[in-house]
Amino acid sequence: MNEPILEATQLNKFFRLPEPFQVLKDISLSVQKGEFITIVGKSGCGKSSLLYLLSTLDTDYTGNLSINGSKVTGLNEHDLSGFRNEHIGFVFQFHYLLPEFTVLQNIMIPAMKLGKLSRQQIEHNAMQRLEEMGIRDVALKPSGKLSGGQQQRVAIARALINNPGIIMADEPTGNLDSNNTQIIFNIFRQLAQEGNTILAVTHDKDFAARSDRIIEMMDGRIIH
Amino acid sequence: MTLPVNLLISGTQLLARKRQSFIAMLGVIFGIAMFIFMISFMKGVNNYIQDTMLSAIPDVHIYNDIRTDYTSSVTSIWLRNDPDKVVVVHHPRPEKVRLNLKNASLIISDLKTRSDVEVVSPLLSTQVFFNYGPVQLNGVLDGVNILEEARLFSLRERMMTGRAENLLTADKGILLGQGLADKLNVVRGDQVTLATPAGNSMRFRVVGTFSFGLSTVDNIKAYVSLSGVQQLLAKDHDYITDIRVKLKDINMARDLAVVCRKKYGYKSEDWESSNPSIKAGNLIRDTLTWVVSLTLLTVAGFGIYNIMNMVISSKMKDIAILKAQGFDGKDILMIFLSQSLVIGILGALAGLLLGFLLSYGLSRVPFPQTEFTFMKFFPVVFDIKYYFFGAGFGMLTTFVAGVLPARKAARVDPVAILRS
Ligand SMILES: Nc1ncnc2c1ncn2[C@@H]1O[C@H](COP(=O)(O)OP(=O)(O)O)[C@@H](O)[C@H]1O
Ligand SMILES: [Mg+2]
Repeated sequence: MNEPILEATQLNKFFRLPEPFQVLKDISLSVQKGEFITIVGKSGCGKSSLLYLLSTLDTDYTGNLSINGSKVTGLNEHDLSGFRNEHIGFVFQFHYLLPEFTVLQNIMIPAMKLGKLSRQQIEHNAMQRLEEMGIRDVALKPSGKLSGGQQQRVAIARALINNPGIIMADEPTGNLDSNNTQIIFNIFRQLAQEGNTILAVTHDKDFAARSDRIIEMMDGRIIH
Repeated sequence: MTLPVNLLISGTQLLARKRQSFIAMLGVIFGIAMFIFMISFMKGVNNYIQDTMLSAIPDVHIYNDIRTDYTSSVTSIWLRNDPDKVVVVHHPRPEKVRLNLKNASLIISDLKTRSDVEVVSPLLSTQVFFNYGPVQLNGVLDGVNILEEARLFSLRERMMTGRAENLLTADKGILLGQGLADKLNVVRGDQVTLATPAGNSMRFRVVGTFSFGLSTVDNIKAYVSLSGVQQLLAKDHDYITDIRVKLKDINMARDLAVVCRKKYGYKSEDWESSNPSIKAGNLIRDTLTWVVSLTLLTVAGFGIYNIMNMVISSKMKDIAILKAQGFDGKDILMIFLSQSLVIGILGALAGLLLGFLLSYGLSRVPFPQTEFTFMKFFPVVFDIKYYFFGAGFGMLTTFVAGVLPARKAARVDPVAILRS
């Protein structure tokens, strides 16, 4: 293991409503480049909360978070947005594609936002990602016309389009049948082998067993 | 050329719900169209009413007001200015006054040198009885220089029979108001006898009839030459009671009246002061138009506000996902505000076009004709100024109506949405 891509120290998060409640307690965590980590734990133990926090979407916490060697705690909304766009790929439990756009456009949007490549280059990269996901033929379909499994593969392709330093996934198979679950798992493993850094929340013991490291959570703490 | 990604998203979303966007646009279209239509029509009505009411009223009227001067009454002679005596005179009778303007020709030539003056027309007016056979009618006889009078009141367009210039060529010719001629039952070529209250009388030959579309003029007024009235009244050839002025800009009348009053010492009235009801009528119609139009545009604004609010409520997930992918609040604001602006701009342009077409249509609708209307079609004013205002206000409304929901969208907390 060489350098850490993500470094979290002493993260604490409270909910004030409906009643004061500490959802994350003294979380410290370090993710090395190229690591494939799964987070497991009972429902409600704070896995999603932690992921929102690590992905910089949630800024209401105490503690310190650095990604790719730069401190993100305390950055303003604009800078955080730019940071997410460039360095973090997010895959949600519910695929969350933009329904008005084609599959290809959905994948291209984060890259167009980044604005580093030409339109043609972006389109080419997006097609390549679709190819890797094995769904090249649906590129021009409206994203709403796809099956759940296909949509989740598009979401993964979209998360990868800017070559992020770290991919975060919150129960990416939580909403899929076993066949599609298998496909998604295989994709993640493939990505891990290609050297991507992955941080995934999962319920699936098989999936977790194949990762480099398992982080187990309970009542807002990392117990393993 | 590549579209910035925010506009690509905005445009795609807008096109994805064409019907909803179009309905929001309809509100703007109708609001602006009605504004253009109403203001064009109301301005036309204002102009028409003003033109009609002012058709027989000069911009500035200079005359010798009967100023009853009692200081030089017989009492002073009687009392030989004895300061010890106080005299109270009840109901005095003024000395005979002359109503003419003493230095009329000087005033006229002075007025004619002014660059803002279009026409100066002198007048000697008197009450007369018109006699034709057994018919005797009371009326007003105006002695004028017909060429100047014609320019003052556009007489040439108002001639029903004969020509205004006939007064110059005919010996003792007279132009009668159409209503007066009808009542007397005379036509061109007939001779009428005019008698003054003082008892003088003269015969004139009818050389034409005119109509101002105002019964108060057409039923009582007649024109002869200045010298005709001077002879009838047995006055000198420089005896003139009134000077009427037409200005290049009617709105300068008030200022000129003040100048004339100071300079010449005679009563000078501008059309506004002598006809306050014209301005009041304009103001009332204008107010009505603006209130109704602005209400329509505001309602259109609420339409956009409503629809954008609905759109944003249904797009919470999309906003969250965009934010998760690196779009910040400003981007989201742009995406949704630009949708409102597109609706507003397209709606405004279409509204201007529709408003123009409606106004143009109305301007081609024949106006119901009566003997006193000279209007062939409904009065409509086409003024680019109102089109600019309509477009500007329409866009302002859509901007305000769009920015409120868009700001709400910009402030969406993605975590709260992604959790639910
Ligand atoms: N907005 C919120 N306000 C208060 N409590 C919350 C809120 N969101 C989540 N929680 C609570 O925080 C705990 C952790 O939630 P979560 O991070 O979603 O757990 P997990 O993803 O591990 O199932 C749960 O008990 C949940 O009820
Ligand atoms: Mg969860």
